[in-house]
Amino acid sequence: MIPMKPSGRNIFLLVIAALYAALAAYDIALLMETLRTFVNLLGKIVPVLLLVFAMMFIVDLVVEPGAVKKRLGKGSGSMGWGVAVLGGVLSTGPIYVWYPLLGDLRKKGVRDSLIVAFLYARAVKIPMAPMMIYYFGWTFTAVLYLYIIVFSVVNGILVERLLRDSVE
Amino acid sequence: MKRSLGKTARSFRQTIPLLLGVLLLVSLVLVAVPASLYARVFTGNTILDPLIGAVVGSIAAGNPITSYIIGGELIAQGVSILAVAAFIVAWVTVGVIQLPAEGEMLGRRFALIRFCICFLSAVAVAVLTSFTLVLI
Repeated sequence: MIPMKPSGRNIFLLVIAALYAALAAYDIALLMETLRTFVNLLGKIVPVLLLVFAMMFIVDLVVEPGAVKKRLGKGSGSMGWGVAVLGGVLSTGPIYVWYPLLGDLRKKGVRDSLIVAFLYARAVKIPMAPMMIYYFGWTFTAVLYLYIIVFSVVNGILVERLLRDSVE
Repeated sequence: MKRSLGKTARSFRQTIPLLLGVLLLVSLVLVAVPASLYARVFTGNTILDPLIGAVVGSIAAGNPITSYIIGGELIAQGVSILAVAAFIVAWVTVGVIQLPAEGEMLGRRFALIRFCICFLSAVAVAVLTSFTLVLI
């Protein structure tokens, strides 16, 4: 029998499971409340997971790595930035459900800087803007969103440069 | 088509342990850290509070609307707009909890560098926003 090597993914889940086991021994009421929250959250992210799964499938089926490289790879220019920032602003659900799709796109040749821009631009939440305006005013909301968009590009450039420098 | 479906399903299956882990951790933080705790960590110091806001926002988890509500309450309690802006920007852009998952799926170096840059830029965005609001 070949011994199974635990992957980082499984180790992470095992650590969390151990944390929950410790919580069960310490405070069972807190554990039950945490599990209720978990089920509630899971119910909320399932539709987004299905959307991400569908997008991954479509990308694999119809998008050629060459086309991805051309439009979102090195030299993609302002169009690449536009797609990444707009994609980030329009994307919905928690950040971690987007990692598999971004990982796949990266393998197809998408620039690291555009992935960073996508992830950062997600801080602009159009559907939640009325709530932010209610608490902080429209001027604060408009200025903050503007800076977030600017910094999504700045961060993309910085992260890509630092990644390149750390390799060299 | 069948090949693409199989490939996508395989790729998705591999990420399930990570997604479950992050979700379990987020649930734990949501229950174990009451919203009232956030106000207690701010000091009233103009330089220190934005950094505290960014640190707390980076560790916290949950829907961004929660950060707006907590931010609104913090302002009502006298915490500066600078600190609150750092808090809400870090809440959505940094994320200590999902760092292991991001590292596994997008590369550890990528995740770590992005994490550091996003933390610093949460403070920078907060400073610039507050500055611009004063000028307007």
